[in-house]
Amino acid sequence: MMELVCPAGTPAALRAAVDAGAHTVYCGFANETNARNFPGLNFSAQELAEGVAYAAARGARVLVAINTFPRAGDQAIWHRAVAEARAAGAHAVILADLGLIAHAAEAHPDLRLHLSVQAAANPDAINFYAETFGIRRVVLPRVLTVEEITAINREIDVETEVFVFGGLCVMAEGRCSLSSYATGLSPNMNGVCSPASHVVYGEVGGQNEARLGGFLIHRRPKGAPAPYPTLCKGCFTAPATATGAAQTGHLFEDPVSLDATELIPRLRRAGVTALKIEGRQRSRAYVAQVVRAFRAAVEAVEAGAPLPSGLLAKLTEGQAATTGAYAKTWR
Amino acid sequence: MTSPRPLPAALRRLPVPPLAPRLMGIALTALLRRIARRQPAILSRLGPHEAARFLIDVTDGPVLLLIEPRARRIAAHPRRREPAHDAAIRGRLAAFLAMLHGAEDGDALFFSGELQIGGDTSAVLALRNALDDAELDLAAELAAIAGRPFDRWLRRGADLLARRSGYVLSRQETSP
Repeated sequence: MMELVCPAGTPAALRAAVDAGAHTVYCGFANETNARNFPGLNFSAQELAEGVAYAAARGARVLVAINTFPRAGDQAIWHRAVAEARAAGAHAVILADLGLIAHAAEAHPDLRLHLSVQAAANPDAINFYAETFGIRRVVLPRVLTVEEITAINREIDVETEVFVFGGLCVMAEGRCSLSSYATGLSPNMNGVCSPASHVVYGEVGGQNEARLGGFLIHRRPKGAPAPYPTLCKGCFTAPATATGAAQTGHLFEDPVSLDATELIPRLRRAGVTALKIEGRQRSRAYVAQVVRAFRAAVEAVEAGAPLPSGLLAKLTEGQAATTGAYAKTWR
Repeated sequence: MTSPRPLPAALRRLPVPPLAPRLMGIALTALLRRIARRQPAILSRLGPHEAARFLIDVTDGPVLLLIEPRARRIAAHPRRREPAHDAAIRGRLAAFLAMLHGAEDGDALFFSGELQIGGDTSAVLALRNALDDAELDLAAELAAIAGRPFDRWLRRGADLLARRSGYVLSRQETSP
């Protein structure tokens, strides 16, 4: 059966994921070492150890994302995170930074290493990481087609993990500077894309608006569905040019979420080992519902039965879903 | 939404007796202090936002609630006098109860417009995440405060009310 890798932002969400049928749960420490460094979220070393024990007692495993890029001269927090993940009994750590990977491979040679999507690695780079540091799995970015994933799997000799549900990052992950441009903080260095500290909601002329770092991201009628305000999914007006009229719309990407349920059989044939659900910032209710639905889906694929579908639309950002780049025509 | 029905509109328009907000505040503060004693992780998850003042505007309810975690205090205020606050969450009672008890995802309620937030977004996120991790059960907490033999009656009454009204009054199990 394909492995289901599920998010947990809190110990309660970890238990919910395991109870709902997650094979593997990923989480992070409550600091800037992971790319979901949001207020009120994440784990202490003790909570992680308790989570690993809870999962292990039920046949599940825990991965720890330490996938931001350490600041030069200030690597101690990241090194400590790797040591604490190993001490807690984590199955593997998910890393992005070359220096941190080198440190983990040297200081903890028995620790299983996964390459984060934040590393934005191509096949040559993946092979380099595997040969040099013993990386065992790579998380692929959400901008590839199924055919491209098939081709990558032919070129590399490590497991691949792909996103199948949740927030859809459309940029070169680990390289995107949009959040940094608007707020000075980024997922890559600070663990926050569009940090809540820079988000302001307001009401203007009977409409709700959301701003990020002062930039107006969207304005919608009161009570209408609205996504979290990120620059890449904002509604903007591009002025008229010599070649075209002014346009208002989601110029980078529509505020929709990824739902690749229907592509699971093709991803399996493409050689993908594990299916990843995004959403460490979401609640235990979300985790339980999504994990249960995807566990049913991977079991159906394994049994050759029809796929269940349409169960999760309400949980998606903007209340709409897409199969993303896996089967996409770019604008 | 688990229960799309708002509270009766008459409830919102009812004149609030002068002492009612104060009594409600005392009761809710006692509940908050009990939860804080039993689950200190809620406060540690709030981090620096423990000092924030949270306005809870149950839009179909008769009063506004102001939660001050650091002071371990909840105060009820008449709708006409909105208290000063750092962060606000507004929505119907059904949405708040569903989120608190793990029946609905907070982000989904927000994306759909059923919950609206204002003020310090970080503080709201911290509160939401802290409460989600706490796996609270309001009916169980109130039953524990009531003590025997009222606890059993209270639980039964809450179950009956939940079935009839559709409101989520106790923690939803996440297991299949």
